Amino acid sequence: MAAISFSGVKKRYQKNDVIHGVDVEIEAGEFVVILGPSGCGKSTLLRMIAGLEEISEGKIAIDGKVVNQLEPRERGCAMVFQNYALYPHMSVRQNIGYALKVAGMPKAEREAKVLKVAKSVSLEPYLDRKPGELSGGQRQRVAMARAMVREPKVFLFDEPFSNLDAKLRVAMRAEVRNLHRSLGVTSVFVTHDQTEAMTLADRLIVMNSGYVEQVGRPSEVYHHPASLFVADFIGSPSMNLVRGFFGEDGYFRHGKGGMLNLPGLAKAHLSREVSIGIRPELVRRVDAGHKDAIAAVVDYTEELGASRLVYARADGSPIIAVDDGNDALATGMPVHFAMSESDIHVFDHTTGRRVDHAGRPVRATDSVSA
Amino acid sequence: MIERSPLFNFVTYAAMILGLLVVLVPFWIVIVAGSQSLQEVSRVPIVLWPSSHLWENIQSAWLRADLGPKLINSFIVAIGVTAGKILLASISAFAIVFFDFKARMVCFWLIFITLMLPLEVRIVPTYAIAANALLPFQVVLDTLGITGLVQAVSSVRIGLEWNLLNSYTGLILPLVATATGTFLYRQFFMTIPDELIEASKMDGAGPVRFFFDVLLPLSRTNMLALATIMFVSSWNQYLWPLLITTDRTHYGTVVMQLKALIPTQNGTPDWNVTMAGALIIMLPPLLVVALMQRWFVRGLITRDK
Repeated sequence: MAAISFSGVKKRYQKNDVIHGVDVEIEAGEFVVILGPSGCGKSTLLRMIAGLEEISEGKIAIDGKVVNQLEPRERGCAMVFQNYALYPHMSVRQNIGYALKVAGMPKAEREAKVLKVAKSVSLEPYLDRKPGELSGGQRQRVAMARAMVREPKVFLFDEPFSNLDAKLRVAMRAEVRNLHRSLGVTSVFVTHDQTEAMTLADRLIVMNSGYVEQVGRPSEVYHHPASLFVADFIGSPSMNLVRGFFGEDGYFRHGKGGMLNLPGLAKAHLSREVSIGIRPELVRRVDAGHKDAIAAVVDYTEELGASRLVYARADGSPIIAVDDGNDALATGMPVHFAMSESDIHVFDHTTGRRVDHAGRPVRATDSVSA
Repeated sequence: MIERSPLFNFVTYAAMILGLLVVLVPFWIVIVAGSQSLQEVSRVPIVLWPSSHLWENIQSAWLRADLGPKLINSFIVAIGVTAGKILLASISAFAIVFFDFKARMVCFWLIFITLMLPLEVRIVPTYAIAANALLPFQVVLDTLGITGLVQAVSSVRIGLEWNLLNSYTGLILPLVATATGTFLYRQFFMTIPDELIEASKMDGAGPVRFFFDVLLPLSRTNMLALATIMFVSSWNQYLWPLLITTDRTHYGTVVMQLKALIPTQNGTPDWNVTMAGALIIMLPPLLVVALMQRWFVRGLITRDK
C-alpha cells in the first residue's frame, strides 16, 4: 500500500501543455478513478505515474518518495493496459510469470506464485494456452493476473474494459472491486465511462482538457459538481443548465423573458452572469395551479420503462424532467414544473466554477459536501 | 480479378504452364545431360531423355572439381553470411525502430540507399578494404598527422594492417551488411504495438531482454524467410569469392568450381560431367528453398498474431 501525491505536475509536448498542473493526494489503499472525455489527459497522467511518460514539471511521489527519475520497474507499479498487451508468443503461465522471471526469481517459487494468482482469477485451466486462444474476458484476467503477481504497491488501469461487451464489463467491474477489497492495494483507474467511474471509485478525479475539474467522492461529485463541466459531464441525462442573471427583485431572468422566483439565491449572486443547474430527477411535474409552477411546452418524451424523460422548453430554455406519470404527452402540449430552491446549483458563467451560497467560488479540490 | 469463364481459365492455365516450362526445361536438360555418357551427350540432335550414367558422371565431376572440400567451404560461407546478415539486420532495425535518437532517420536512409550500391558497383573500394580492413583508420591517422607526430617523437611508424584476402572472414564479412534485411525487419518491428513495449517495461525488462524475449520470438517467421533468401544469394556468390581468393585449393567455393568443370577448348567435350557437377552444386539451395518455402511465404506475406 502506498500513497501517491502529485504536486504541480505538468506535461508538455514541444511547447504545448497538455496537463496544466495537477495537485492531488491519493491516500494509501484508496481506489481512485480518473474520469474525463477523450483527450483530457487522463491516460497521460496515469502513464506519468507508471513512468512511461516523462514528467515535464512538478513532482509525483509514491509512498513519500519522489519517482520522477525512476525507471518504471523501480516504481512498484503494475499496469493493466487497454488492449491487454499480452505477449502473443508466450503461454498464459509465461505471461503471468514474466515479470518474476525478469526479476530473477527461482523457477519453483515463480511457478507457485503464478499458480496461486491464476487460481484467484480462475485461470487455472488455461495456463498452457496462448493469448490468441482465449476470449476477451479471459485475456483481461490474464492481464490482471500479470499485474497482481508482482504484488505491486500501486495498480494502474488504463481503460481496461473498453474492449469488452456490456455484460462482461459489469462482471469485470465487480471482479476489480472485489480484488481491491481483498488486496487493499492503492489503485488508479482511468475511464471515460461514468457508470464505471461512479461504481468503482472511492474518489473521483474529473479532468477536462488538462485541468482537474473536481476531486471528490462519487456522490459528492454528482450532488455538488464543482464546475459547469462536471455538472454537464456527470449524470445521464445531464443536468439542466440555464444561463441568465439574478435581479434585485429576487427573480432569475433567462431565455426569452423567462422569470424564476428564487429569492434565496438572488441575494448572493447579484450582478454576475451565472448558469443555474438542476438534476432532471429533481424537477417535479405539477398541476397548472401550483404556486411556483413554470409553464413549458413538450418537445418530445423518451420512455425508460420505470419512468420517462420529458424534454420541454420553458420561455426558450430547454428543460429535461424525469416524470413517472403515464398520461399521454404529445409534442406541443403544455406542462408545468416546479423545483425547490435548495436543489439548484449556481455556477459563475465566466469562470465556469461553482459559486457557493455565500457567493464564493469553489475550487476543484474543495470538499463540497453540504 | 474474379472472373470465371472457361476461356479465362484456359488462358490463365496456359500462361502458368508456359511459365513453368520456361523455368523447368533448363533443369531438365541438366538432369538429362548429367545422366548420359560422352557418346550420348555428343549426339546431334540431342536426346532429351535421361540415360543410366548419372552416378559415374557425378563421381568424375566430384573428383575433377574437388567438390568435397569446396562444398564445405560453400556451406561455411553461406551459413556465415546468412547468420551475419540476420544478426546485423535485426540489431540495426531494432536501433532504428525502438530508440529515439537524433540521427535515426539519417541512419535509416543511409542504410536504405546502399540498396542502390550493389557489390559490383563498389567492387574496387571493397577489395581495397578487404586487402587491409584497417586502411580507413590508417588514412584517418595519416590525415590528422598523428602518424607523423608519433614517428617524429618515437621513430615508430604506425602501420595498421588486417588482411582479409584468402580467408573465411574475407569471404563472409564484406557480404554481411544488408539493406533488404534491415528494411524487412524494420517493417516487421513497426507492427509491434507500443503497448507491448510498455508492458515489458512495466515487467522490468530492459531493451536487451525485450529484444531477446519478445522481438526475436515474434519475428521467427520473418527470420526464416530472410534466411532462405540470404542463403541462396550467398551460395550463388561468384564474383566476390573469385576476386578475393587466390588460394583456390583451400578457400574456393563450389560455384567458382563450375568454371573448372567446363571442358577446355581442345579437351574432351564431356558436358555430361559438367552437368552432373552443376546438379550437385545447385542441390543445396534447392533443398533449402523446398524445406523453408512454407515459412518463406508466411514470413513475407502474412503475420500470425
